[in-house]
Parts: sequence; structure tokens; C-alpha cells
Amino acid sequence: MAITNHKLTDAEYAQNFSDIHPPLETRDAALVDANRCLFCYDAPCTKSCPTGIDVPKFIQQITTDNLRGSAHTIFSANIMGGGCSRVCPVEKLCEGACVYNLMDEAPISIARLQRYPTEKAIAGGWTLFSRAAPRGRKVAIVGAGPSGLSCAHVLARAGVEVTIYEKESKGGGLMTYGIAAYKVTPEFCSAELDYILSIGGISILYGQELGRDITLDQLRQQYDAIYLAFGVGVARRLDIPGEDLEGVVDAIRFIYDIRANGFSSVPVGDKVAVIGLGMTAIDAATQARRLGAGEVTLIYRRTEAEMPCTEAELDIAKLDGCRILWLTSPKAAIGDNGRLTGLVCSRMRLGEADHSGRRSPVDTGETVILEVDMVIKAAGQVPYTDLVQSAGLDNDKGRIRMGEGGATAIVMPATAAIVMPDSTAAYAPVFAGGDCVNGGKEVVDAVQAGKDAAAAILKYAGIEQPKN
Amino acid sequence: MADLSTDFLGIRSPNPYWLASAPPTDKLVNVLRAFEAGWGGVVWKTLGSQVKNVSSRYSAVGYHGSRVMGLNNIELISDRPLDLNLREIRECIRLFPDRAMVVSLMADNDRQSWQELIKKVEDTGAHGLELNFGCPHGMTERGMGAAVGQDPEIARLVVEWVMEAATIPVITKLTPNVHSVVPTGRAAVEAGSQALSLINTIQSVTGVDLDTFIPNPNVGGKSTFGGYCGPAVKPIALKMLTTIAQDPVTAKVPVSGIGGISTWKDAAEFMLLGSTSVQVCTAVMTHGFRIIEDLCEGLSNWMDEKGFARTTDFIGKSVPTLTHWEDLDMNYHIVARIDPEKCIHCGLCYIACEDASHQSIALTPGQPYNTYTIKEAECVGCNLCKLICPVDSCITMVEQRHGAEYLNWKEFQRRGLPLNDH
Ligand SMILES: Cc1cc2nc3c(=O)[nH]c(=O)nc-3n(C[C@H](O)[C@H](O)[C@H](O)COP(=O)(O)OP(=O)(O)OC[C@H]3O[C@@H](n4cnc5c(N)ncnc54)[C@H](O)[C@@H]3O)c2cc1C
Ligand SMILES: Cc1cc2nc3c(=O)[nH]c(=O)nc-3n(C[C@H](O)[C@H](O)[C@H](O)COP(=O)(O)O)c2cc1C
Ligand code: SF4
Ligand code: SF4
Repeated sequence: MAITNHKLTDAEYAQNFSDIHPPLETRDAALVDANRCLFCYDAPCTKSCPTGIDVPKFIQQITTDNLRGSAHTIFSANIMGGGCSRVCPVEKLCEGACVYNLMDEAPISIARLQRYPTEKAIAGGWTLFSRAAPRGRKVAIVGAGPSGLSCAHVLARAGVEVTIYEKESKGGGLMTYGIAAYKVTPEFCSAELDYILSIGGISILYGQELGRDITLDQLRQQYDAIYLAFGVGVARRLDIPGEDLEGVVDAIRFIYDIRANGFSSVPVGDKVAVIGLGMTAIDAATQARRLGAGEVTLIYRRTEAEMPCTEAELDIAKLDGCRILWLTSPKAAIGDNGRLTGLVCSRMRLGEADHSGRRSPVDTGETVILEVDMVIKAAGQVPYTDLVQSAGLDNDKGRIRMGEGGATAIVMPATAAIVMPDSTAAYAPVFAGGDCVNGGKEVVDAVQAGKDAAAAILKYAGIEQPKN
Repeated sequence: MADLSTDFLGIRSPNPYWLASAPPTDKLVNVLRAFEAGWGGVVWKTLGSQVKNVSSRYSAVGYHGSRVMGLNNIELISDRPLDLNLREIRECIRLFPDRAMVVSLMADNDRQSWQELIKKVEDTGAHGLELNFGCPHGMTERGMGAAVGQDPEIARLVVEWVMEAATIPVITKLTPNVHSVVPTGRAAVEAGSQALSLINTIQSVTGVDLDTFIPNPNVGGKSTFGGYCGPAVKPIALKMLTTIAQDPVTAKVPVSGIGGISTWKDAAEFMLLGSTSVQVCTAVMTHGFRIIEDLCEGLSNWMDEKGFARTTDFIGKSVPTLTHWEDLDMNYHIVARIDPEKCIHCGLCYIACEDASHQSIALTPGQPYNTYTIKEAECVGCNLCKLICPVDSCITMVEQRHGAEYLNWKEFQRRGLPLNDH
């Protein structure tokens, strides 16, 4: 047993990480599904999309060969509509609401249809938006992830100058560094980023970290408004003995390495345990298998009825040969010479429902020992508590708390908060949204928060919302 | 098992399905394959003066994913040598004596040409003649085809020439490119034609290429009006057929119905409105001769279900039910009803009624599914919602008569009853 890299050949890596939902290659293929769409009124799919993409309209535009119009319909609601078509858990969003489900028929393949025009638009660099005349206003955004980019794009369209401070050397946030490699490729992420930036008026300062290279106070003095979209950080600690043994790794870090450094460079064990059953846990488990791990076990303390991932995600893990241990919770990591050799787990049972209505797991006292050489921690992410607290932001254990609208009397949208409304001539107001406010949801939620924030900033600054 | 055999003026066929005069019937190989597949008869591709065709001959109109809802062609009559056609017709009759062999004709516009052509065709042993007064393109410019069918007096004259020579049954094929097919139909029957067939193709332009700006089909940078057929023309054909079935003169002769027939259901509808046999062209051009199997099986099963032993039991049965608008019962009233168990909340009924009918459907917002209910007092019973609802029998129309008695418009007016209550 050993944690090693280069477990597979390049051809095997390429095969294992190929696109999980291959695109619709031809117009004919797109039309078969597009023509099935009923063109619902006040469509449930649109109402189930956090960004409210007019799904029936963009699908109808595919059928009329108006692909530019179709791409515009998508991007005007969601500038990451291309990326979202690959990464959204559509079975619980648009496709889950498709009325065909109520006929016990397969829903329209909305995601694949959405990919069809957006892919062409990005590849062809279609100019679908224009910038309003410069307004002489500057906004700083912290974080070039989905939320920051979405906010930046709306502001740029409205004629505002945008500067994004990003600590990494690439943009895209978790889209680039977090999401499973078989959903999006690095090439796609950089093409999508370039496409968003092609509107002009957005500059990204890479390697610039808030709290290290610049402070919030400095930003508030230099800009007319600030949008914080720095997401959440590393995986939550398990707080069990042996957590610091060699072989116990953080899922976010593990996935970051896959995305940033390439498949063959990332070490993976022979027998791997993954703690948690959210999207991140599934991604870590399946990618460990695809990197060549012999045995992967997902460890979850509740039952299938409570699991945070979707049925479709769980199926991916099962099809990849991952095992799931239900009602099991890690108790201690054991090792030899500082290296992990096993994981002691408690068997749980479901107790009383807690305040959220979920039944909490209770230790039965029984334990099992798993022989493993790698443990990947994926039981939720931790907010950037230090950064948030030192910047003086109102927060709930590091999660930025929504403001009330405050002294500025701006009516705040639900997903993006004005967090420092006490602006004066010298100090610009601060807005925040995306994972750093919601604690970690999906790309599509982060995009909507960015849109809402941009709308609020424009309203605050008395600038007209962009049209087209 | 119902008996599908058909006797059309003594022309017998094992079923009522004939192939219309068109490319599927233009040569021996096709016709033999059609007979092997089970077709009841053919109307051989129109014979007449020598012509030459252009390349790029068809164009189509698709709708919502179906590629050929309507087909358009700019072909002429047979461009093969007459002698060859006649030899092949004779051979087909010899090999399949139980099938109907009708030959379509379009001679030059003089008595001698028609009569010589008829003589040659009758020598083959053909069972009937169909006079092509309907081709809307190419031939019209030469004073033939639709040019004859559009002028009842010319048609009468030509039929008279034909009847002087013909010894086998004569069917006159009518063009739909007129405001009514009845005058030409009457003229043909009065001049002695023993039967009618309709419709031929409808003049059309199927579309314009948005890159080249040239309408289709594009023949070297130019196009021309063509003849439209296929599923799209069925309703027009049925209406024209009914006018022939209801006119006292034309109603006396058997009719062969044509126009958009693709399924046994279409055929049954044509027969209910007066067709003794039916002819098919586009459906075979798009799917091949094999469709004859379901055309026969479907019709036979339906006849069994309805208790019809033979086709004559229902031919023309629906003709009397098509009446004048002013004879319709004004007391008849229906309202829509939505079955909440079947509804999939697509909202299509709502938006149609709201934007285009009588704002009679209520929307109760839901996330993500709205609930839709009919406001019965507002509903005029137009059927629109029922027509567009994607779920079978989810919306039904329920009878709620305004009064017990039959009350037509004339009576309604005579009594001075109130208007505009909706
Ligand atoms: C493993 C994993 C898998 C996922 N899979 C999916 C999926 O399949 N589908 C889906 O929809 N969502 C998925 N998500 C969630 C999704 O990636 C996030 O919800 C989304 O990226 C949030 O966008 P954001 O812009 O708020 O934050 P982020 O994407 O986290 O972007 C924040 C940006 O801010 C930068 N930053 C952070 N701190 C600072 C600082 N101090 N100064 C300057 N810059 C800073 C970061 O480098 C980053 O670029 C997944 C998440 C993870 C972790
Ligand atoms: C390519 C083509 C050629 C045709 N040629 C003739 C013809 O020579 N003589 C004729 O009477 N009708 C001709 N027709 C008309 C058909 O016989 C028929 O009346 C018409 O297509 C309607 O039937 P459908 O809807 O089943 O196709 C032709 C139709 C097509 C499509
Ligand atoms: S029948 Fe017509 S008026 Fe009545 S609800 Fe349906 S669409 Fe509206
Ligand atoms: S069209 Fe039919 S399925 Fe759709 S909302 Fe109306 S009743 Fe329901």
C-alpha cells in the first residue's frame, strides 16, 4: 500500500477524465431534443433556475436557428451559462422541474441544449453585449470566481470601471480550482473567462490577496463601491486524533492539485476513505478512483434520506466503484511512523430530529476499523474567518452576515448583502455575495448573487441598469 | 376481418389504395415492387406529349422537427418514350391481373391527339383512364393540365373528345387551383366522365433561401411556382372533396380521393367524405411502398371495430353532417374542463386562452408549478386549450346546453334574441 502519483498512463488519465456529459455534436442532435420542448408558459424550469434563464425561449431559438439569440438569452441571465451547463446539478434545478417528469417521461436535456449555443458563442467569440458610455465610477471586486465575474460583467455593461483583486494566478475561482475535472477542463475555464472579460472594462490583478496585499479600508478609500466574493476556504477539520498523520488530506487541496498541476502529479492512495457525502466528497471520491486508487469508501454519518448530494451525483460515485458506508463517523486516524494506516469509525444510529428537522446521528458505541492509506476530508468547507473578522465584517462564524439595508435605505436582494452601509464620502459601501455569504452552494447561486450585487451597486450609485 | 376489396366502376382492386400518378408509378420496376408490397392499384404517371425535366425538382416545408409536412415539385408529365411506357403497362397488367391499372393522360389540346393516345393506351389492356386536368406547372403554359381544369368549358370539350374514343371508364382529375372545383367537375360529368378524382397539387412557393435569396427549388439561380402536396394539403383536399360529394351533379359519380393521405386514418376520413378509392403519392415518396401494410391493417381493424363489413358500408357516411354555418345549433354549448390529475402545469392552455381567446383560465401561482383552472362562466367553448394541451384527454369539453331545443341562426335572428353575451 502506498500513496503515489503516476499510477496510470496518460491515455488512461485522458479516458478517466473525459467529459461526463458529452455535448450535442450536431444541429440534428440538438433539434431532436429542442423540438420536444413544450415551450411552457411561466416555465417551471426557469422558475427553478437560480439565475432565471428563460429556458423555453433559448430552446425555441435553437429550433429557429437563431443561435446568437439563444446564446444571448442564456448569457443575459447567466454570464457563466456555458460553465453552468456542465456543472449545475440540473436534476435538482431546471431539469428536475421539467413538466415531462410529471408525465413520467425523460425531462428535456436542458443542460446539454444550453451548452450547444454557449459553446459556439465562446469558441467564436461572439459579441453579444456592448458597454454603456463610461460613467466615471470605479468598483473593486475581491475574488475572480463566478460571483465576482458575474458582478463585474453587469457593471462593465453599465459603463463602470471594474478592478478585481484575485489571490490566485488564474481566474474562475472554484470553477477553475474546485470542480471535478471530468465536468470542466482548464481550457474551457480559461476560454470562458476570456469570453467574459472580452466585454472590456474589467481588469484582474492576480496574486493580490485581500488582508495580505491590500486592506478593505484601502479599497473603500480608492473605489466607489466594493463587492466581496472571495468564497470559502479549506475543508473543515475533523477534530479527531491522528488528523495530522501523513496521508490525511483536505479535499479542496486534493482537487485543487488535480486542477492546477495535472493528473499524473497528484499522489493518491490504494485504499482511500473520503469523509462526507456532499458534492465535494463525491468529486474527491470519484477523482481518487479515476486517478487509480484501488478502493474508495465514502463515509457518511447519516442515511441516504439525509445525504446532501443528489441521486445523480451518488450514482456517478457508485458507477465509479466507490463503496458507501452509511451511519458511520470517523473517530480516530491510526498510523505507523507518522504515516496513516487505518481509520477507526463509530457506527451511528439516527436519533431525534434536531431544530432543522433532520434526525441527528447518535454514536452506538460500536466501532469498525478500516485499513486505509489515505483519508480525504470533505465534510464541508470553512469560511475565511480570520479575514472576515479582521476586516471588521459582521459575521456568523466567519460567514458574512446579510445587512438590513442600513442607513442607505437600499432594498437588498436576498442573495447579496450590503454589509457596510455606513459609507461616507471617504469610505465606499461594501457588498458581499456568493459562497462567502451563503456558506457554499453552487456556481449558479454565486452568479445570481453577483448579478444582484451589481444591480444594488448601480442603484446605489444612481446608474442605469444595463439594457440589451 | 373486414373486406377491403374495391369496385370502382368495375375496376377492381384488393384494397382501396392506389398509387397516385407520380414518380412512384412511372415505370415497370416501381410498379411491380408496389404490387408486390400489396398496393391495390396504380394510376400510371401521366402520358402525353414529349417533355424534358429540369434538375433540382422538389422542395419541402417542415414543421417542428418533421421534415416534409408539405412537398413541392416542378416536375412535368412522364419524360420517358411513350412506347416504352405502353409496353411496361402491358407487362404489369400481365403479371398482376388482380390490381387496378389506370393510366393518366394529358394529350396536346386537339381531338386527334387525345383520341390517338386513348387508342394506344386501351391496347395495353388498362382498366381505366385518368384525365390530368390538374398539373399546375410547365404544362399550363402549353395550354394543358390546370389550364384545362381551370376553365369548365375547355374541360367539357376535352372530355367530349375523350368520350368519343374511350371504351373503358374515364376519371377526370381536378385541379385545386380554382376557387371551386365544382364547375369543372360538373362540366366533366355532364360531358360523360364516369368518375372524378381530386386533388392535384396546389400552386406554391415553399420558401426562400435566406443566404442566396433565391426561392426553392433553386434551378441555377431561378425558381418557379411548383405544385404542393403531402400532409399539409389534406384539409384543403377534404373540403374540396366534400363540395363534390354534396353537389347534385357530381355526387352521382364515384370519386377517387387524393391529397396528403399518409395513414389509414386519413384514408378513412376521405372515404367517410365520399371517396370510393384513395390515392397516395407523397407518403410513398417519403417512406416507400412498405406503408401499405399499416394502411390496410389499420383500416381493417377500424372497420371491424365499427362493424363495417365492406368499404361501401361507410363511404360517404359523413357527407350529410357538413352543413351551412347558419344551420348549426346555437343552443349547443360546451366548456373546457381540466383534469387536475393529468395536468402537468405547462401553462400552454392558459397563455393561449389569455392572449388569444377569452381569458377564461385562472392561474394560481405556485413554485415551480402553477395551478390552472377553467372559469366556466367565461369559457366560450372554442376548443383552443384542448387542442394545444400536450396531455392526452387532460382537457375535455363538457356539454352545457343553453337550451334544450335546436335553435339555428335564422331562427335566432327571427326571434330577435340578444347578441354579444360573450
Ligand atoms: C470540490 C468542489 C466541487 C464543486 N462542484 C460543484 C459543481 O459540480 N457544480 C456547482 O455548481 N458547484 C460546485 N461547487 C461549488 C462552486 O464551486 C461554488 O459555489 C462557486 O464557485 C462559488 O463561487 P464564488 O465566486 O462565491 O467563490 P469561489 O469560486 O470560491 O471564488 C472565490 C475567489 O476569490 C479568491 N479569493 C479568496 N480569498 C481571497 C482574498 N483574500 N483576496 C483575493 N482573492 C481571494 C479565490 O482565489 C477565488 O478565485 C463545488 C465546490 C467544490 C469545493
Ligand atoms: C413529383 C410529383 C410528380 C407528380 N406528377 C403528376 C403527374 O404526372 N400527373 C398527375 O396527375 N399528378 C401528378 N402529381 C400529383 C399527385 O398525383 C397527387 O395528386 C398529389 O401529389 C397529391 O397527393 P399526395 O398528397 O398524396 O402527394 C405529382 C406529384 C408529385 C409530388
Ligand atoms: S375552450 Fe377556449 S375559451 Fe374556453 S378555456 Fe379553452 S381556450 Fe379558453
Ligand atoms: S395545457 Fe394541459 S397540461 Fe398544460 S397546464 Fe393546461 S391543462 Fe395542464
